[in-house]
Amino acid sequence: MTIKPLDQAVGSIEAMKAVFARDMKVAFRQRQDLLNPLLFFMMVVTLFPLGVSPEISFLQEAGAGILWVAALLSVLLSLDHLFRHDFDDGTLEQLVLQPQPLFLLVLAKTMAHWVLTGLPLVLLTPVLGVMVHLDGNSIAILCLTLLIGTPVLSLIGAIGAALTLGLRSAGVLLSLLIIPLYIPVLIFGTGTVAAAAEGAPVGAYLALLGAFLVLALTLAPFASAAALKVSLSNS
Amino acid sequence: MWQFFHKLGSPKWFYGIAARLMPWLLVLGLLCLGAGLVWGLAFAPKDYLQGNSYRIIFIHVPSAFLAQSVYIMMASAAVVTLVWRMKLADVFVKAAAPVGLVLTFISLFTGAVWGKPTWGTWWIWDARLTSMLILLFLYGGVIALDRAINDEKSAARAVAILVLVGVVNIPIIKYSVDWWNTLHQPATFKLTEKPSMPAEMWVPLLLSVIGLYLVFGWLACLRMQTEILIREHRTRWVQDLFHVDGVVK
Amino acid sequence: MAFDSFGAFLVMEGHGPYVWASYGVFFVLMAVLMVGSYRRRTAVLKSCRQRAGSRSSRAPKPDSGTASAAAASFTRVDVSQD
Repeated sequence: MTIKPLDQAVGSIEAMKAVFARDMKVAFRQRQDLLNPLLFFMMVVTLFPLGVSPEISFLQEAGAGILWVAALLSVLLSLDHLFRHDFDDGTLEQLVLQPQPLFLLVLAKTMAHWVLTGLPLVLLTPVLGVMVHLDGNSIAILCLTLLIGTPVLSLIGAIGAALTLGLRSAGVLLSLLIIPLYIPVLIFGTGTVAAAAEGAPVGAYLALLGAFLVLALTLAPFASAAALKVSLSNS
Repeated sequence: MWQFFHKLGSPKWFYGIAARLMPWLLVLGLLCLGAGLVWGLAFAPKDYLQGNSYRIIFIHVPSAFLAQSVYIMMASAAVVTLVWRMKLADVFVKAAAPVGLVLTFISLFTGAVWGKPTWGTWWIWDARLTSMLILLFLYGGVIALDRAINDEKSAARAVAILVLVGVVNIPIIKYSVDWWNTLHQPATFKLTEKPSMPAEMWVPLLLSVIGLYLVFGWLACLRMQTEILIREHRTRWVQDLFHVDGVVK
Repeated sequence: MAFDSFGAFLVMEGHGPYVWASYGVFFVLMAVLMVGSYRRRTAVLKSCRQRAGSRSSRAPKPDSGTASAAAASFTRVDVSQD
């Protein structure tokens, strides 16, 4: 990033783009980290046929739920490095000190996180959907719900990540705090697929998921920004 | 008016007020609670549908009601913490959260036990119980976060943020779980759905609710006093509590 | 009275265990909460009193353990979550 003279202050959108680009760049330097959530996703899904039953009837009924839960857990696991690496090397403090509104910068970081974590999960879903014997229509609706739902998971998760930054046992604590907040998204995500399987129209459910997304987009970054300031003042 | 609010922020002032309120809260609370429970247990008539097991309602409803009220109170206090930075507000949150947790647990336990004679099963994933379970998790999270952060001020603000995020989610959770439940609900009748409760039933219920509220008030005052003492033990006024004419009481 | 005898009151036509378990859990948990909170406050008050006592006395305290014991009682129990 070139340093601009003071009379050419960096606009908020530019700053967001810069933060987004930086996060993507940094993530690609450690490509292994990108693969881990995907592997985890696959492994968790695999556990269910192994642990419960590989019967087609069971998998068809439970498949959407299994995939949703696995995706949820994968996002949860990956939230750790949303802020932690920057926290450890001091970049986060610099970010908080920027003149641009912190909630916008946090939003940019969260979006980068989703592109790196949630989006690949959505892209992998058709493969796993076939493995759990879901039919084409269900897989399509499932992908759609995940596409709308995983950003919500990243946004809400960012709040938890910000709150538990630098704490001992942050990982477990994060899960404890965030999972109750994930439950509505889970319920509607899987409910939509169930409705589609019965042939019912899903427009309303998707609209509701969209409403969750809008709510999360508008409110969560503020909470995350506030939480970041608290965590940084604590360290 | 502003003076009142200013005073409200003073731990010393609250300590004194609490000391004066507490005996009343406890006595009145135990009286109301006792009256309500004894009435409900021994004197209220048997329910025509559920028989005697419905008497659990006199414990279940007050604790469920309070469990939710306490969280709302905590959310209000959280707003005060974040906006006005009033110390007492986060003392309240810290004091009330474990009580809320216990009340939620009691509500869940009694709800489950009530389910056995009513639906034939110990646990049922109905909307109300599931929402209560999630509330239990929310309380647990608040307590866990508070314990994990060592610095008092940071803990106060972090917990306040968490409580507010939770409270925004509570209506969403309720709505989601209700909707989810209609998808999966076998045809069973709801827990406390009756066309109208006769006076012999709702009066003791009301008494129990009021009684439990008052007892909660006592508990909150007590626990807040303890927390204030811990935080302010170095101040003059705390030390003066123990001095009578220059001699330690 | 809704019951004919004390025995009937206890049994509650078969629902006795459920009702009494519920009431029992309620009373036990509330009692533990209330008594526990009260005892904690008493302990904290005692520590404060000791501190106030050790401060007000001018003579050098032979056992400075009192003050540190009082201070120690304020340490929060760190719940290890590792």
